[in-house]
Amino acid sequence: MIKIGYRFWQPHSSVRRLNLICLLMIGMAGLALLGVDFERYPVDPWQELSRLGMGLLLPGWDDGEVLLRALLHTVAFALLAVAVAAPVGLLLAICFRWRLVRLLCAAVRSVHELFWGLIFMQLFGISPITGLLAIIVPFSGVFAKVFAEIFDQQSPLPAQTVPVAAGVFKRTLYTLIPQSWSALVSYTRYRFECALRSSAILGFIGLPTLGFHLETAFKQGQYSEAGALMWAFLILIASIRFWLRPWLLVPYLIAAVWLLPETPGFSNGGSLWRFISVDIWPAALLSGNWSELLEWGRFMLVEQVWPGTVQTILLTQVAVVLTGIVVLVTYPFATQALAGPVVRWPGRFVLLVLRCTPEMVLAFVLLLLFGPSGLPVVLALALHNGGLIAFLVANASDADYRNPMIRADDLRKAKRYAYVETPRRFPAMLAFLFYRWEVILRESAIMGILGVATLGFYIDSAFEEIRYDRAFLLIMVTAALNMLVDSLSRRMRGAFKHPAHIK
Amino acid sequence: MDTAPALFQFADFSFRYGAHAALADITLSIGKGEKVALLGPSGAGKSTLLEQLYRQQPHCSALQPQGGGLVDLLSVYQNIFIGGLDRVGTCAALWNLVRPLSAQRAEITDLVQRLGLQDKFWHSVDRLSGGQRQRVALGRALFRKQPVFLGDEPVSSVDPVQAQTLLTQVLQQHETAVVCLHSRQLALELFERIIVLRQGRVLCDCATADLSIEQLDEFYQQDGSSEPIAPADTTTDGWVIRTS
Repeated sequence: MIKIGYRFWQPHSSVRRLNLICLLMIGMAGLALLGVDFERYPVDPWQELSRLGMGLLLPGWDDGEVLLRALLHTVAFALLAVAVAAPVGLLLAICFRWRLVRLLCAAVRSVHELFWGLIFMQLFGISPITGLLAIIVPFSGVFAKVFAEIFDQQSPLPAQTVPVAAGVFKRTLYTLIPQSWSALVSYTRYRFECALRSSAILGFIGLPTLGFHLETAFKQGQYSEAGALMWAFLILIASIRFWLRPWLLVPYLIAAVWLLPETPGFSNGGSLWRFISVDIWPAALLSGNWSELLEWGRFMLVEQVWPGTVQTILLTQVAVVLTGIVVLVTYPFATQALAGPVVRWPGRFVLLVLRCTPEMVLAFVLLLLFGPSGLPVVLALALHNGGLIAFLVANASDADYRNPMIRADDLRKAKRYAYVETPRRFPAMLAFLFYRWEVILRESAIMGILGVATLGFYIDSAFEEIRYDRAFLLIMVTAALNMLVDSLSRRMRGAFKHPAHIK
Repeated sequence: MDTAPALFQFADFSFRYGAHAALADITLSIGKGEKVALLGPSGAGKSTLLEQLYRQQPHCSALQPQGGGLVDLLSVYQNIFIGGLDRVGTCAALWNLVRPLSAQRAEITDLVQRLGLQDKFWHSVDRLSGGQRQRVALGRALFRKQPVFLGDEPVSSVDPVQAQTLLTQVLQQHETAVVCLHSRQLALELFERIIVLRQGRVLCDCATADLSIEQLDEFYQQDGSSEPIAPADTTTDGWVIRTS
């Protein structure tokens, strides 16, 4: 990134700042490589890979009804969750000027959907309410933040002509919301795609969505079934714009309520208070035994919090830089200007596959190939996020290509890549990358659930051992880390222009 | 003028956007019942002054900012309805987006006829021409039903005959009005007091009766003739368009 950057821009231009930031990120990733656990395990990846490839080429499923039901459950959770989270987020965005609201939103979105799932599972069991809340709670926070950012970009003039006495709600209803309607709808659409991914991976903790069947199929070595699931999910996401129509929303939502799985779980309202007041606090704190509490704290810090945090950060840094490399390598193959009208399509298809497949699923597959180390995690994060960003970068390039005024220079192939396309896309690409930084951190923490020693590993173990006090502390640390990276990335993004909203 | 209580008052008031001084040492007061035209070349600080006036009396002023502040996605009806948002409850305001409230609908139909927009009633305003948009913005200000009107070139895109009719209506409906204008003719015909601004300062503040169109022209020409007094920049070749 640095070398490419250095050739095009004069040192006295604003790009010096960009390069400095890149250099910093690469330097940190280099240091991280020294400490990260990349040990290869004696698994024969090629044999596994060929079986997996066969599974994808020859997908098969004995029981079509089970596959269909898993798909419908996945869609039902995502639809209902977004239908609740988007309006809640909109209301929160209206009061986003209040510090308390901003703090609340930052807190709820800094905890991953799967962690929320694990928490609600202790209260409601494996029930629809667990799955719904696990998506609704963090998504509301994300919606609030992004909607508030969209509002900030609107012209303040219409609001000035509204009577002061009308109040903030009516004013927003008639000015900011209609002013930014198309941006709100398109972001909600994108978030629905994210909700589908979240809903699918909630299967990894036991909900009856696609992830559940995917995990079972992989663990039992049924690769053709796994292949069928992957294809089904890919087609589901790639075809969203054909089946998600505004006038179908109401019937869809009614169907979704009806389709929710029937497993009632155990809905125990009384345990909620017990959970909050007793279970999540260390016993020593509640009994006032300070020396024991100190011992608990020392143990947690030395044995779990510190190593978990270090691994999470190291993996994140490597993954962010690798994501940047994936973008720079893959985006040209999906553009009209560089790949041409024919090659562009397979290129776009590969990026679409990477974008559609959740990191967790990619990591899960790669873990089978490389064994439980940091390597599959980093690769999965880089491939998914790289595919996502490269897709957007390629779209921006194509939009410019259609404009003959901008297209005028007719450099070709490698020269065009190096002198025209990459320098033009670079600031936006970096901005996307920093937007994803926080997401990558959250994901690399959660990957611990698959057995890599990030924070998620300790959290998952704590839940399994029913040590909620440990889980609570670790989740708090993860959340704090996330909020820290969030504010850091916002500051770094200040160095370049704001691109479209992608998070 | 002396007997009326002052509605707006500035004493040695200055306002800057970063390094640019938009208003410098403004001292003036505008009383209840006055009809004031604000004139001056573009960039003279008229819009800034108007905004500051609005800040002094936000609760009784209907503001029509430059460009109108319309919401593109909403219809002519809804855009005018916004002016009366304080007179309906929250639920009614929500419902009105789905189905227009009948009382407001009748009232706004009347208003729209006076503005000559009856055949555009349900069009979203992004489909309208500049002049039509300006009339919608004017409609919103009229629907505010406030004693004070603050308009920033409210009729600049409307044809001259219609501009005069509309402005007359606005002045009739409001007790007090401060309007930025480009047309000196309209200012002389319809207003009692004229304030001329240039480079953020008040150049002239007097009753219309004491002014003629020639005198007003001079204020603009002075602007042009004052340019050569500044040392000419000989290092630049070609020519530069100065907007202020």
